[in-house]
Amino acid sequence: MNSNILAASPETRTRLGNAMPIYLDNQSSTRLDPRVLEAMLPYFTEQFGNPHSTSHAYGRMAAEAIDQARSEVAALIHADARELVFTSGATEANNLAIKGAAHFARLYQRSEQPRDHIVTLSTEHKCVLESCAALEREGFDITYLQVEPSGLVSLDRLAAALSERTLLVSVMAAHNEIGVIQPLAEIGALCRAEGVLFHSDAAQAFGKIALDVEAMRIDLLSISGHKVYGPKGIGALYVRRRPRVRLLPLIDGGGQERGLRSGTLPTPLCVGIGRAAAIAAAEMTDEAGRLRQLRDRLQGGLARQVPGLRLNGDVECRLPGSLNFYVPGIAAMKLIEACPGIAISTGSACTSASVEPSYVLRALGLSKADANSGIRIGLGRFTTSAEVDFAVDTLADAAGRLAAEATVAEQQGTPI
Amino acid sequence: VAAVVNAQPEGVVFVSGGTEANHLALSGSGRNRVLVSAVEHASVLSAVPRAERVPVDREGVLVLDALECLLAADARPALVSVMLANNETGVLQPVSAISAIARAHGALFHCDAVQAAGKIALDAAAIGADLITLSAHKLGGPPGIGALIVTGELELTPLLRGGGQERGRRAGTQNVAGIAGFAAAAAAAKETAVYDRVRLLRDELEAEVTAMAPEAVMLGAEAPRLPNTAAIALPGVPAETQVIALDLDGVMVSAGAACSSGKVGPSHVLEAMGVGSNLVRSAIRVSLGWESSETDVAHFLRAWTALYRRCRGSAFLARAA
Repeated sequence: MNSNILAASPETRTRLGNAMPIYLDNQSSTRLDPRVLEAMLPYFTEQFGNPHSTSHAYGRMAAEAIDQARSEVAALIHADARELVFTSGATEANNLAIKGAAHFARLYQRSEQPRDHIVTLSTEHKCVLESCAALEREGFDITYLQVEPSGLVSLDRLAAALSERTLLVSVMAAHNEIGVIQPLAEIGALCRAEGVLFHSDAAQAFGKIALDVEAMRIDLLSISGHKVYGPKGIGALYVRRRPRVRLLPLIDGGGQERGLRSGTLPTPLCVGIGRAAAIAAAEMTDEAGRLRQLRDRLQGGLARQVPGLRLNGDVECRLPGSLNFYVPGIAAMKLIEACPGIAISTGSACTSASVEPSYVLRALGLSKADANSGIRIGLGRFTTSAEVDFAVDTLADAAGRLAAEATVAEQQGTPI
Repeated sequence: VAAVVNAQPEGVVFVSGGTEANHLALSGSGRNRVLVSAVEHASVLSAVPRAERVPVDREGVLVLDALECLLAADARPALVSVMLANNETGVLQPVSAISAIARAHGALFHCDAVQAAGKIALDAAAIGADLITLSAHKLGGPPGIGALIVTGELELTPLLRGGGQERGRRAGTQNVAGIAGFAAAAAAAKETAVYDRVRLLRDELEAEVTAMAPEAVMLGAEAPRLPNTAAIALPGVPAETQVIALDLDGVMVSAGAACSSGKVGPSHVLEAMGVGSNLVRSAIRVSLGWESSETDVAHFLRAWTALYRRCRGSAFLARAA
């Protein structure tokens, strides 16, 4: 593939035969920032030492690079570098946070009253829901809270769900499908007052919006590298030191990461997530403003050109580059197939292979048919306004054609 | 990646590395009774702390009779986990024989082949394991990616849950670049002939050291070994002293497993071989790579000779004598 094609404008790309569609699925993964790649490369080649072999210079240089990366990741969430555990990604971080806290509580419980209850939202990412389901099979009690039609948590309902048995609350910072940003500080304050641990899956939020584990009273925070223009295969879990949050590890062995996560640390990937965090720290505010403008341009264009279009999720508390909508009567898969020039999706990559409609959109109160029409678009660092305009035209065109076909089919009495 | 051990591609479960693969194998096999060799990597030993440990002989080779007795003594379905090549000594285990014994007792067999892959030719059928662990960064690929290879129909209980990636056996977005790097390294790893040269270099290195210092001990040298590894003990001289002296002279070796660095303690591998505690504390690991040259070995020998001469008259050796 000629990389120049990717750098070209949409018009040029069309002229060149549309080698690759325009990438508008930045929730599922992001393109590695060239600056991140540049920082990583030496740690694949000359500086390949095992960071845990500190008896020689190769290992020490790798260890120093990891220390710096850890500080860069920590700085972006106002944490101490010692509070970060590198993992293979957000899925592992979420598994470690939830199962680790639950298993520790079960093993080392001191008081009479067991803490064996976990509260989460029915709209959480699959890896949170599956971790909870695994604990449920082990005898833990899980409450899956319904969300408001906006996708936001109901703080009253959350408060009512907490009891003396509640160990942990797990709420996603920003949603992977609908982009909704939860009131983290309010949830954190509520949890702290009740003596409950607060975990947040910040895979989508990290590097996109301001996160402060102190101000938001977050005890455990999951982070992903490849959602923030860093590499795949690396993530982190923030684990509060004061007051100390205790976990049982999922993976034991050499005792790396203070015993919380064994395994040789992948130095280039750690350097990559560190550099990605440092870039986000410097550019996040400006980037958010630019993405919000682009998203509003996309949303406005679609609203004007596609009759009946409806938005999913709260429009105020939303990630700047995120848009989720549906056109009643037009199945998402049909619309996506009709738009080969743009790369968009129906929702989470982890579940998009399934034929079931999004459980997230269903939880917002959408009918099965409407949920089946949900489209997710994620703009990112490398999205241009020309690409957004191209997407509007492409989608509007396809939606118009599909609506006309549906009308004809309806008149002929054959369902499509 | 499957081709490294002549296995089927659908048996490959990509994970974050050897440690995770070992964990997935031991905790996901569904077998409550686990037997491991006493010289396994820390990731295996700590995955199931209650695992029964099968002893090794003075060369570090698993005592097959002991495995047979332990399996015969208890009818519960078991999992046997024995590494192919040891990370500290390079000693190879008789995996085919271990597999046969395990099979005869209805036990599953997991083989950690992290150190062996790429250095000697491997074949899943010959190893006879149900589960095989590989790590990319030990065979010339990138760190942060490894694989657990399921050779048969065994259903694994996943360690990480979430999206249904890796056929539901390991959730999480795949590390695509890491996997591509692993695949390229795996293709190169089929060419193990390059290690014929490395074996000659390693043997020469050991012969030179022995010629100069007859009291030096080559641990595990009587057993079949990887071509690149030498575990050399110089009685009376602490391993740390040797490592630091060699480091200052531009030679990077280690005092054992990297994972244990940071925690000070004698090697459980050498202790399990019955090596005396004095000798254990004086052992260093020298491991060559495919790119190691005669010049590198000569450099090592110069540095080691200087170290040896400095120590020979010192209190260390006097005390040892």
